Amino acid sequence: MSTRHGTERIEHTFQQLKAEGRTAFIPYITAGDPDLNTTAELVLALEASGASIIELGVPFSDPVADGPVIQEAACRALAGGVTLMKVLKMVEELRNRSQVPIVLMTYYNLLMRMGLKRFAQEALVAGVDGVIIADLPVEEGDELRSYLDEVGIALIPLVAPTTPPERIQLIAEKARGFIYCVSLLGVTGDRTELPPDVDLLLNRVRKQTDLPLGLGFGISTPAHAASVAPKADGVIVGSAIVKRIAQHHDNKDQAIAEVRQFTKEITAALA
Amino acid sequence: MMEQADKFGRFGVYGGAFVPETLKPALEELDSAFRRFIDDEDFQREYEDLLRDYAGRPSRLYYAQRLTEYLGGARIYLKREDLNHTGSHKINNVLGQVLMAKRMGKKRVIAETGAGQHGVATATACAFFDIPCEVYMGAEDVERQYLNVLRMQLLGAKVIAVSSGTQTLKDAINEAMRDWVANVQETFYCFGTAAGPHPYPSIVRHFQSIVGREAREQILEIEGRLPDAVLACVGGGSNAIGIFSGFLKDTSVRLIGVEAGGDGVETGRHAASLNAGTVGVLHGAVSYLLQDENGQVLGTHSISAGLDYPSVGPQLSYLKDMGRAEFVAATDKETLEAFRMLARTEGILPALESAHAVAHAVKMAKRMTKDNLLIVNLSGRGDKDVHTLAGEVG
Repeated sequence: MSTRHGTERIEHTFQQLKAEGRTAFIPYITAGDPDLNTTAELVLALEASGASIIELGVPFSDPVADGPVIQEAACRALAGGVTLMKVLKMVEELRNRSQVPIVLMTYYNLLMRMGLKRFAQEALVAGVDGVIIADLPVEEGDELRSYLDEVGIALIPLVAPTTPPERIQLIAEKARGFIYCVSLLGVTGDRTELPPDVDLLLNRVRKQTDLPLGLGFGISTPAHAASVAPKADGVIVGSAIVKRIAQHHDNKDQAIAEVRQFTKEITAALA
Repeated sequence: MMEQADKFGRFGVYGGAFVPETLKPALEELDSAFRRFIDDEDFQREYEDLLRDYAGRPSRLYYAQRLTEYLGGARIYLKREDLNHTGSHKINNVLGQVLMAKRMGKKRVIAETGAGQHGVATATACAFFDIPCEVYMGAEDVERQYLNVLRMQLLGAKVIAVSSGTQTLKDAINEAMRDWVANVQETFYCFGTAAGPHPYPSIVRHFQSIVGREAREQILEIEGRLPDAVLACVGGGSNAIGIFSGFLKDTSVRLIGVEAGGDGVETGRHAASLNAGTVGVLHGAVSYLLQDENGQVLGTHSISAGLDYPSVGPQLSYLKDMGRAEFVAATDKETLEAFRMLARTEGILPALESAHAVAHAVKMAKRMTKDNLLIVNLSGRGDKDVHTLAGEVG
C-alpha cells in the first residue's frame, strides 16, 4: 500500500493514469447526503467502479457557486447535523479501508471558523489530500496555502472562462495537485450541452502549466465525458451524481447501485 | 485609522473579495471603471446633475422641534433621505452605479433587495436609462413589502422571488450572485449596500458619502457647530457609512449604528451582527457575521426586511474595532414605539429600518439637554411598511 499522502498522492495518481493513457474520473458527492455512513460507502463504491479521485463537498449554508441540485443536497446534509469536523472524522475512519485520493470542496467561512492552521492539522490527521475552496480567489489564498503546504496538502485552484491569461499564470504558479477548470459561465449543475469553447480554455491553461487539468461544471453524461476526455487530465462530475443519490434518498442500497452503474458508464466513456 | 480600503479592498482585517473565480475579473473591471469614473469630470457632472434634478438633492436637515420638545432633551435633527425620489437614500448609490453600467456598455442590470427600497431605486434608474432590470427578492420579503414589488413591476423591472434558504435578503444576494456568475459579461450587478466583495463597499460608500457631506455642512450652517452624535440604522450599513463618512475625522462626534434587535439580542432572534456576531466571510467579505460554532450562517429576525441581514459592511466592522463607531440595537418593540412617536409628533412616517435609529435617538435624547445635538439619518419613508403596521393602528 502506498504511503504517499496529500499533494503527492494526487500527483502520483495523475502520473499513473497518464502512463496508462487514461483520463481521471473525479466524482463529487455532498458529504452527509443522505448521511455520513452512506457517504463513506459511496466513496468506496465510486473507487471500486473506477473513480480516481473523490471530491467531497462539505455543506455550507450559503453556497453561491452551486446550482439547485447541490444546494438542496447541502440543505439535507446540514439538516442531518453534518459539520466540517464530522466530515474529517469520517475521512479518518475511511482511511482504514481506502487510500483513494480525497479532496474536500467547500466555502471559506467553514475553514475560517475552525481556524486555518487548525484545519490544516485536522485535515492531515484525517488523511485529506487536497482542498478546493469555491470562493477563494488566488489573491486571498496565501495564508491557507502556507498552512496546507506545511502539511503537504494541495490547495487546488479554479480557473474560469473569464480568467485572463495573466491571471491564469498567477494561479498556475501557486497551484498544487491539479487545476480545476470551470467549463462554463455559471453555477454547478447538469446541462444538456457543454459549451463549444471548452477546448480554448484548456489550451489557454495548458500553455501556462504542466500540472494536470481537471474539467468540471455541467458535465453530466458519458457522452459529455467522452467528448472532453482527450483534452483534460481529469473529468469532474457532480450534480449528475448528487441527483441520482437524491432520487433514492429513501433507499441507500439503490442509491449506491445507481452511482456504481453511472460511474462505470462514465469511466468506460473515458477509456 | 484607514478611511479608504487598501488595494485588496481591506479595512484592516475586514473586506477583501472572496468570490468564485468567474467573478474576480468582473470585480477588477468594475474597480478600474470606478476609479476612472470618479476622476472623470464628465461622469461627475452627469451624476451631480442627476442627484440634484432627478433625485431632489440636497436633502433637508430638519430640526424635529416637536419630537425634541416631547422628549425634553437633546435637539434632534433628521437628515431627510426619505424625501429623495423613490423614498430613500438608495437612489444616491443606484444613480451612480447604473450610470456606470450605462457607460460600461452593460446590457442588463441585476440587483438584490430586502425591503424593496434598493430594488425600487434600481428599477427607477433602469427605467430612466432604458436598461433591462431584474431584481432578486426573498419570498418572505416579497410578501411583507408587496407595495415595493408592485412599484418595481410598474417601473418595468422583473422581480424574482427567491425561495431558497431563509427567503430574505441574504438569499436574494446568493441568487443574484449566481445569476451574475452565469451572465457576467453583459450584466452589471447593482449592489445595494456597502457590503459584499471589493470594490462594492468602496463604491457604495462613495456614492452615499453625499449624505454625510451635506449633513455636516448643514448642521454647521444651522447650529454653527458639530453634533454630539450621528445615528443611523445598520443592516448592511449603506446609510450608516454614508452619513458617518462625513464625520470620521471629527473625533468629538459620536457615530452610533443601530442594529435590528428583533425580539432582543439576548433571545437570539435578531439581526445584530456587530453586537452579537463573530468574524467570518459571507458574500465576499470578511466582516462580523451571525454564524454558529461550525461556520454556518444563522437565520435572522427583524420586523424590518431591510435590516434582516446576518452580516454587515466591512468598514463598519473596522470602525467598531477601532472604537470610532459604536453599535447598539433597537428591538422590534422599541422601533414600533419610535415609529408611532415620530408619526404623532412630527407627522412623518419613517421606514421601519430608519425607525430603529429614531428609537435609539429617543433613548439618548432623554438623557441629554437642549445644548446637545443629535443627527438621525432618516434613511427612508414608511409607506412600504403600512401593510406590516396595519395591526398597530389604534
